[in-house]
Amino acid sequence: MNQYWQEISALTMRWVRRLSREKFSMLFTLVQPMLFWLIFFGNLFQRAADSQVTQAPNYISFLAAGVVVMTVLNNGLAGGVDLLFDKENGFLERLMSTPIHRTSVILSRFLFVMTITSLQVLVILAVAFLFGVQPATGLLGIAAILIIGMMFGVGLTAISMAMAFSVKSHGDFFSVLGFLSLPMIFLSSALVPLTAMPGWMSLLAQFNPMTWVIDAVRPLILSSWSEALPHVAMVVVVMIVFDALCLYGGAKAFRRAMG
Amino acid sequence: MDRAVAIDVSHLSKSYDGHLAVKDISFQVYAGEVFGLLGPNGAGKSTTLRTLITLLSPTSGCATIFGLDSVRDADRVRQLIGYVPQERAIDRFLTGREHLELLGALYHLRKDEARRRIGELLKLVELEAHADRPAKTYSGGMKRKLDIACGLLPNPNVLFLDEPTLGLDVQSRLKIWDYIRLLKTRGMTVVMTTNYLEEADQLCDRLAIIDGGVIKTIGSPLELKVGLGGDIVSLTLKETDKIPSLESALKGQPAIKAVRATSKGLDIRVESPEKALPIILECANRAGCSVEFIQYNRPRLDDVFLAHTGRRIEEVPASDGP
Repeated sequence: MNQYWQEISALTMRWVRRLSREKFSMLFTLVQPMLFWLIFFGNLFQRAADSQVTQAPNYISFLAAGVVVMTVLNNGLAGGVDLLFDKENGFLERLMSTPIHRTSVILSRFLFVMTITSLQVLVILAVAFLFGVQPATGLLGIAAILIIGMMFGVGLTAISMAMAFSVKSHGDFFSVLGFLSLPMIFLSSALVPLTAMPGWMSLLAQFNPMTWVIDAVRPLILSSWSEALPHVAMVVVVMIVFDALCLYGGAKAFRRAMG
Repeated sequence: MDRAVAIDVSHLSKSYDGHLAVKDISFQVYAGEVFGLLGPNGAGKSTTLRTLITLLSPTSGCATIFGLDSVRDADRVRQLIGYVPQERAIDRFLTGREHLELLGALYHLRKDEARRRIGELLKLVELEAHADRPAKTYSGGMKRKLDIACGLLPNPNVLFLDEPTLGLDVQSRLKIWDYIRLLKTRGMTVVMTTNYLEEADQLCDRLAIIDGGVIKTIGSPLELKVGLGGDIVSLTLKETDKIPSLESALKGQPAIKAVRATSKGLDIRVESPEKALPIILECANRAGCSVEFIQYNRPRLDDVFLAHTGRRIEEVPASDGP
């Protein structure tokens, strides 16, 4: 157990060091979701969005949940990128030739991605707060948002890692990533409620796990525990299934790639 | 006297996507020797090496490292080996020291033990002054030195080097050769792949020539060269019409194994040049031939490769396996 922890903490520390040395990358990773989506998009559509439709005091407060989950989505789907580069330049092979538990590499990545995502979610909620969005369910609600976000993030990071271990080149990886991420956002309740969508989009959005996550996070920000709890309970069940499927696929891809 | 076997490869085959990269190869590596796998790109060298370091499972056959099976006992094998990959497996954002600290944790070294070994290795590969700079500022040679230090960190029983000097300048290459010689004097078993003939000749105690996934021959560089059947003395004669008479005069003489006429003279395969040269000159004198030029060639590894594969190593088209 001691050795296992020694491996995971050393590998996680590597990711932290890398990020701390890519200062521009860190800044843009942190700033992009709140700048582009929350501040620009939220304010741009402030008057265009009908509060009768969004069922929120203003568009930014409606959008906050969407931006939180979009951040989880983007970080999760990009979570495997560094492992892909490690695979391509032989660093992964070097790691795998050492007597480590095979899962340490993966777990360190989960730990790192989840920590960074949680910090980003907190920053987004803080910026939303500056625009007058006060989470209705308080600190406990914020904790619940982080846990739900992490549950979703685990599955997404597993998908990303499965892709990293399966694709032939990083060109393929980024093509698939680009193809996945925007439709996932548009076919969810991130930007508009399902009731305001064209029928076919609303139908597809109901099969998008992101919609379930947003539908649980949004009442935690806008309404109350009593309204949020059924959605939270539901999303926990959905996420357990989602994570199980993604982790199974990820483990399979990892075993195939690493023998 | 029987030598201790460090690695035993038995009827090993490995295929990828229906392509057989390594076909039924068997060889042994003795403890304390530098063993080379020599062959062109795509010959199956790296596949063999990756199987030995537990990263690939054989399709059939097996390999043991100090008696441990590379698949069944993979975890224990990994504790005995160090690996220097072909690519510069360097994280450009980490410093040299941080690379070694990371690997120290992955080999479960205690902090004080890791610190001591890292200090020694940085000194060995002459990177002490650059240890705290990010690896992206390193030259190709420095990155390779760091690679080797990483491979040596666990103080392995066997060090595997995949193309250790590929793409390096001459000076860095000679430096890496010095390290490998030093490791040999320390008793470490070293297995390396290379497609440089000179490197195999200079460093390896024994080598296997591998081509098309098959081992063509195994032996020490000297044995392989001697096995070709002796050195060659080439004569250039002033009067080419006297070639046939000199040829027949030389045939059957002691110390001369074979004589072959060329356009300007004769190629004479000899057992020992010291014994053969006086005989050759004597025969030429008696036959009234004026010798314009004498050239003496010791068979090179290049000739060995040619003899066993039917082509020169640099003529082989690159078709690297996965």
